[in-house]
Amino acid sequence: MSDTTTATAPADGTPQVSHISEAVIRIAGNSQDGIQAIGGFLARLAGRSEQEVMTFMTIPSTISGGPSIFQVRIGSGEVLSAGDEADMLLCFYQHSYEAHLGSLKPGGIVLYDSDHVSEINPENLSKYRHIGLPISSLVVEATGGTGREKGKNVYSLGLIAKMFNLDVPKLHRLLGERFAGKDPKVAETAIAAFNGGYSHTLATAAELFKFKPGENVGLNQIVMGGNEALAYGLIAAGVRFGAGYPITPWSDIMELLRKELPKYGGSFMQTEDEIAAVSMAIGASWGGRVAVTGSSGPGISLKTEAIGWAVMAEIPLVVVDVQRGGPSTGMPTNVEQSDLNIACFGGHGDSPRVVIAPSSVEDCFYTAIEAVNIARKYSTPVIILTDQGIASRIEAFPMPDLEKICQDISPDLTPVADHKPYDLAATDGITRHLAPGTRVASGKYPVVTGLEHDELGHPTGSPKLHVQMTAKRRNKLKKLGADLPTPDVFGPPEGQVLLVSWGSSKGPVQEAVKQARAAGDAVSALHIKYINPLPNGLEKIFEAFSHVFVVELNDEGFYGYGQLGAVLRARYCDPKIRGLNKVDGLTWKIREILDRVKAMTK
Amino acid sequence: MTALSFPSETLTRTGNLNLVPVPPLSDADRKGLTKKEVAADHPTWCPGCGDFSVLALYFKLIEKRKMHHEKITTVAGIGCSSRFPYFVQAHGAHFIHGRALPFASGVSLSRPDLHVFVFGGDGDAFSIGGNHFTHTARKNVKLTYCVMDNWVYGLTKNQTSPTSPLGYKSKTDVWGSGDRPINPMKQAIAAGATFVARTTHTNPNHVLQIMEAAMDHDGFSFIECLSECTEFYPGAFDGTNPRKGGQFPLVPADHDVTDEYAAYKLAEELMPGKFGILYKVNRPTKNANEAKIVTTHREKFAALPDWQILQKNFDRMK
Repeated sequence: MSDTTTATAPADGTPQVSHISEAVIRIAGNSQDGIQAIGGFLARLAGRSEQEVMTFMTIPSTISGGPSIFQVRIGSGEVLSAGDEADMLLCFYQHSYEAHLGSLKPGGIVLYDSDHVSEINPENLSKYRHIGLPISSLVVEATGGTGREKGKNVYSLGLIAKMFNLDVPKLHRLLGERFAGKDPKVAETAIAAFNGGYSHTLATAAELFKFKPGENVGLNQIVMGGNEALAYGLIAAGVRFGAGYPITPWSDIMELLRKELPKYGGSFMQTEDEIAAVSMAIGASWGGRVAVTGSSGPGISLKTEAIGWAVMAEIPLVVVDVQRGGPSTGMPTNVEQSDLNIACFGGHGDSPRVVIAPSSVEDCFYTAIEAVNIARKYSTPVIILTDQGIASRIEAFPMPDLEKICQDISPDLTPVADHKPYDLAATDGITRHLAPGTRVASGKYPVVTGLEHDELGHPTGSPKLHVQMTAKRRNKLKKLGADLPTPDVFGPPEGQVLLVSWGSSKGPVQEAVKQARAAGDAVSALHIKYINPLPNGLEKIFEAFSHVFVVELNDEGFYGYGQLGAVLRARYCDPKIRGLNKVDGLTWKIREILDRVKAMTK
Repeated sequence: MTALSFPSETLTRTGNLNLVPVPPLSDADRKGLTKKEVAADHPTWCPGCGDFSVLALYFKLIEKRKMHHEKITTVAGIGCSSRFPYFVQAHGAHFIHGRALPFASGVSLSRPDLHVFVFGGDGDAFSIGGNHFTHTARKNVKLTYCVMDNWVYGLTKNQTSPTSPLGYKSKTDVWGSGDRPINPMKQAIAAGATFVARTTHTNPNHVLQIMEAAMDHDGFSFIECLSECTEFYPGAFDGTNPRKGGQFPLVPADHDVTDEYAAYKLAEELMPGKFGILYKVNRPTKNANEAKIVTTHREKFAALPDWQILQKNFDRMK
């Protein structure tokens, strides 16, 4: 807890109250304990309290059971990562106590369920502040329950609310909303459990806390997860058709679209397999309105042939890849950024396509809209390369201006005189398709195909046309590359070390820069959102630094560059570009980045 | 609010392309399209190929039913027969091997104003695309799938196909095929297709009659059209051709097309087998089921613009 100001003197023997500007709370238990729900409540509360918030969670890939954690960082100022170390740890079991005690800051608070945590190493008592409460028994008491420990999550939320002086009426409202539409008894029991926790005196706690008011005063914030934001972004962009096949962590997006699209007159299909999903989406896109498909690692491998067809036929399409640990089934519920290569280069033949990577939950929303607009404008498949780290974390961000943002991209079926979709003389070099159902007065209709083709789409074996059409497919995206904004350097535009990030590593990298600069080191950062093609002008930015480290959650590879690192090396032939990689399935800790930078600059 | 580097744009279809809009044509001004108007590239098939006859009858169907140029949607996968869309002067798509059905489903489900025709071969339908055949049939997606079955891979020059009979000698089974062939009719009935018919390229009137019935069926209509590969499997279907000493037995007049078991029984024999509609039932289509979900949801939001529907969700996430 940074920035602790003088504690308010305890008036009546209760613990003293310290004013804090941020806190990292880690909740550890098993996957069926509903700890994601507590984390969600805390995140939503922070959003409503005009505070910044970021969460992090791990879920076991087993069907039921297994250890699970949720970490939430709430701050009155800017929050860039979920935090390296926790200020407070709430643990339900002995195994959660043992596995996560090390994630606590020295002097941090561990609140544990003494019904399940019995073995405490006396050495720990001097390192961390221990508060043991028989949470399981207290819940039963508070709710008059059957002893099945249901509601222990909400009871604990009450304890946390007490400890951090959270806004109880707002939490009551959140609980009410959460259980709205269910048996009213469920909500009553939840409130009873919450109140039970909140009314606990926490007499054994040495101090209690109170957040300083947030900086985002007056800001109208919403709170959601990355996958949700991406799905809603697609809806705002005007996408009304999609197809997919269930796979973690992509499934949330398809579930949301399946449920929501009918409200807008659209639909989302669950198909028999990944290939059918991409094929169906391409069919619908050709039908006149950009459609979406998506998956995670293995599913993306299966879709590559069809994506290649969309490149060849120049069909707009949005493909979402929520990356997870690979290869193969890999680490399905862990974060990794190792699909950059397949996203940019997956598939046979020369098949240029667009790859964009969102960096935060808010960015997921806007990236989805951009992906649709790029797909339409350049008549190309666009891959949104998000990852498990953003997919499952919850953030608060300013309410988008939906009236302004929401787009109508219905197909235009106005009859035309004549049409050559692959017109080589087109000044912008971009293919424009006619949706089926459009009358062509000349009676000459275009076809779309995966074979090399002439300007009307009819197959050709002409070497000249293959050369021209290959160049056409390449050049339209080179043009996009030239239109891309050169990213801004975070920190001074010159110095010793430039940390290059993409995707979810943006926050931790920027926080690392802040800490390094505070310690007097000349470190800056550059975040690359448009991965393929890359924007122009990066070489000028690199020039001003002695080291360029590409921070990626993937393997350093044979040559030590990682995946984006290898692309940057290939483009700029600059030996100072090096990889700063890891594959432990967890998001970056600030300390990890700084330690690695130190080691690499020695 | 975050600024978008790529804001919404109205993409003009006119401009540097020769896309001058023309007024729509009223239906009264339309005549049936002639073969000349609807024929595009000259087919690349070998002389005598059965596929010529299927193409000619598709043209005839378009002419007879006075279909509008722009409403004809022809989709195919990969194979000799799958070159079909190039030969038809209409909107068409030549997709990847085995995946014509999901592609066509995407068109059918997002564009209810179009009737989609899918043409392909036995490899596309029952080998690489076998999974899609089953699921498109069970979902009853509204489209017509005409499989030109020649019992052999022709485009890649004589390998065993999923419908090659036992003992068929191909380049990949020089000693004769040992895998039990797929029975397309049984496959379709078992998968839940709602229209299952069999015809052969040597009987043009019958092909046309079946195509019309398939087009009029509200659901997934499947036609197996025997189509001889004169290059690699000549004489494969002589047994169904009275001019070559074979027989062309029709589905018995008293057959109940809604009787799944009777249809299955009729499908048992492969040579010459029975010709006509073996099975036809009405079951809600995927298209209708989805439309129903949409209608129910839309009613709740009456005339709200899209952004307000989304705003309702977002307000709950404050």
